[in-house]
Amino acid sequence: MNWGSLDNFLAMGGYGLYVWGSYAVTLALIVAELVMLARRKHNAVGRIR
Amino acid sequence: MSVNWFKYSSPQTFFPLAGRLALGFGALAVFTCAVGLYLGFFVAPTDAQQGESYRIIFIHVPAAWMSMFLYVVMAFWAGIGLAFNTRLSGMMASAVAPTGALFTFIALWTGSLWGKPAWGTWWVWDARLTSELILLFLYFGFMALQAAIDDPRRADRAGAVLALVGVVNVPIIYFSVKWWNTLHQGASVSLTKAPTMAATMLAGMLVMIFAFWFYSIAAVMLRARCIMLERERASEWAGQYARGVA
Repeated sequence: MNWGSLDNFLAMGGYGLYVWGSYAVTLALIVAELVMLARRKHNAVGRIR
Repeated sequence: MSVNWFKYSSPQTFFPLAGRLALGFGALAVFTCAVGLYLGFFVAPTDAQQGESYRIIFIHVPAAWMSMFLYVVMAFWAGIGLAFNTRLSGMMASAVAPTGALFTFIALWTGSLWGKPAWGTWWVWDARLTSELILLFLYFGFMALQAAIDDPRRADRAGAVLALVGVVNVPIIYFSVKWWNTLHQGASVSLTKAPTMAATMLAGMLVMIFAFWFYSIAAVMLRARCIMLERERASEWAGQYARGVA
């Protein structure tokens, strides 16, 4: 698939809101899960010491 | 050949292994995700009927798949824990639940954003969507029940009963598109028929399924490590590890 320009890529043929809304929320949730896991580990280690 | 099957059934020996697994599968997830998204956005063609909106498929189908698969994994570990009273099994079941809930939510969210352009509605109470929503509530119920019980072993047993009863919902989700008349389409990929999509679309979707799979393993291993440290905080090995990290 050749998009030609970044604008075309972001527009997703008029479905940009739906496509990027899906991908952005997925990415945000995965990042949030990893941050929460790092904090949980940090807290667990802190309670032991 | 004698294999000690129980070597990794104690938190002390499983903890370092889980760390290595998390690292390895995390790296695999990043790599497969990059390949899958490249296939999905730069190789797969525009869909003749749905235009570009179909590109949601590259996260929607893998997330929906993982939501069901992780529930079965959670119920499996919960069942093993209930039957054999092994410490680690309950920890594994608890470690799977939040990641399973995450993918269930992603499946519902992306499905909603796909439903609007494809069907003209964000949500319908059809069998597929409703049973997937019930799956989300089962995950939440499992986590809430475990959080409400102070003694971790009792929390494991109570959660295990809920997880095992709820597993009946997984085949209902999977076969809902066959058993009932749903707005949701049937499976695009099955073992008995040729796939009803372009080869490059299918390839992107399959690679993304692997990416989500690898990510799930990594996330579950990281959470299992947290749970082991929390529950075994009084033990010698946990103390040694905590001093080593400092």
